[in-house]
Amino acid sequence: MLAQLAAEFPDWYPEWNIPYWLMSILRVVGGLVAVLLPAGGIVYIFLFKMMSFMQSRLGPMEAGPYGSMQLLAEVGKWMQKEDLAPDNADVRIYKMAPLIVLLSTFLLVVVVPFGPQAYFTNFETGIFYALAVASVSVLGILIAGWSSANKYSLLGGLRAGGQLIAYELPMVLATLGVVIQAGSMNLNRIIEVQNTGEIFGIGWIGNPFVITQFIGFLIFMIAVQAELTQSPFDMPIAESELVSGYMTEYSGFRFLIFFIAEFATAGVFGFIASVLFLGGWGVPFTWFGWEGISDVAWWMNFVGPLIMFTKMFALVGVIMWVRFSYPRFREDQLQTFAWKVLIPLALANTAATAILKVVF
Amino acid sequence: MSHFLRDYLNVVWFGIAALAIGGLLLGLAAAIRPSKPNYDKGIAYESGVDPVGMGWSQSQIRYYVFALLFVIFDVEAVFLFPWAASSERYGTFGLIAMLVFIVLLLDGLVYAWKRGLLRWV
Repeated sequence: MLAQLAAEFPDWYPEWNIPYWLMSILRVVGGLVAVLLPAGGIVYIFLFKMMSFMQSRLGPMEAGPYGSMQLLAEVGKWMQKEDLAPDNADVRIYKMAPLIVLLSTFLLVVVVPFGPQAYFTNFETGIFYALAVASVSVLGILIAGWSSANKYSLLGGLRAGGQLIAYELPMVLATLGVVIQAGSMNLNRIIEVQNTGEIFGIGWIGNPFVITQFIGFLIFMIAVQAELTQSPFDMPIAESELVSGYMTEYSGFRFLIFFIAEFATAGVFGFIASVLFLGGWGVPFTWFGWEGISDVAWWMNFVGPLIMFTKMFALVGVIMWVRFSYPRFREDQLQTFAWKVLIPLALANTAATAILKVVF
Repeated sequence: MSHFLRDYLNVVWFGIAALAIGGLLLGLAAAIRPSKPNYDKGIAYESGVDPVGMGWSQSQIRYYVFALLFVIFDVEAVFLFPWAASSERYGTFGLIAMLVFIVLLLDGLVYAWKRGLLRWV
């Protein structure tokens, strides 16, 4: 089968003459970097340091310079911990659940473009795929909550399920506004539209949708906050009521996989939000006299990832800032907010965007 | 194989890579961690108190109701995407048709609201 594949894909990057298998390995390595680097960076910069400074303490300082190796020390620690499963648990799927959550993160990063050619896949329906794959993690969380055979886990899993599906709708509908404005579901095309566009004839910053879709941006970020179960939307793992929600029974490395997947997903959602609203990897194309995506210079494939990481860290920084600042919503407030405020607002935003798009 | 399917092949590679890296790290951890199970480690954790009854207890029906509502809205939102991607091409006709659709969606929400389904008590 591999030989057949190699014969079928000689034209992948004809000018570089990279065989398909090598290209696939490069892509997967790039994907690993795009998942694990943000996860580590977010945990160190925001969870260890920013949270500490906001609470008037220093955070980890011993492992490495300014505690920067703390995360590696933590991984080593978690690896040595015993992997426990409750006697009553449904052990096989109990052990599978963290992997499903991790799988969802990896499937999500596949669509994120990091440069004009530096993408993993270039789906015509990229944003549609992203929204579909993002909800796979709900399955992992529900499985974890159910299979633990623990009342806290079950409640936490159900709450997480209820919350994730409630906030997925505003997210989908907020994305719809961007799709209407860009006229495409392809993420690279959305970036191109933002960087070549203009607002009322002023084109030097392009048309980042954070300005023209500001309501959509707010709805999207609130929904992301809830999808990541970050405070004030951390009812599923509310430690004062549910110990640790669906993760209660997990220990050792399986717990760490949940933890890593949470922050890796935060990074990937940061990437997707920066693609949808902040112009992604691009700079306004008029700065360099580029007409469209095919004119973009080759070095954007290397500068683009840096721009993406900057935007991603800025957006995740806001998410974490909110997380460390606000107290938790009550369960009924949380559901009411999604169904009675965000969804009607997002529908109205979609309708308004469509009318403006067609009229102008 | 079409370009479309080639792209989806990458998804398969990424999925395999995710499971492989998870499995690899778990295997590594399995090699170095201790395993000394006993009765106390095996009972469900309920804040240090012996568990009462089964872990798989019954819970509220409202989760089911919300899940149903979600399915309805999500499936209807799916139909909005193809139009959204080419709203310019369909112009005013498409706009009016889709506004009718969005109003129907809102109508469903208002109906659920009036019936009290959105109350989380």
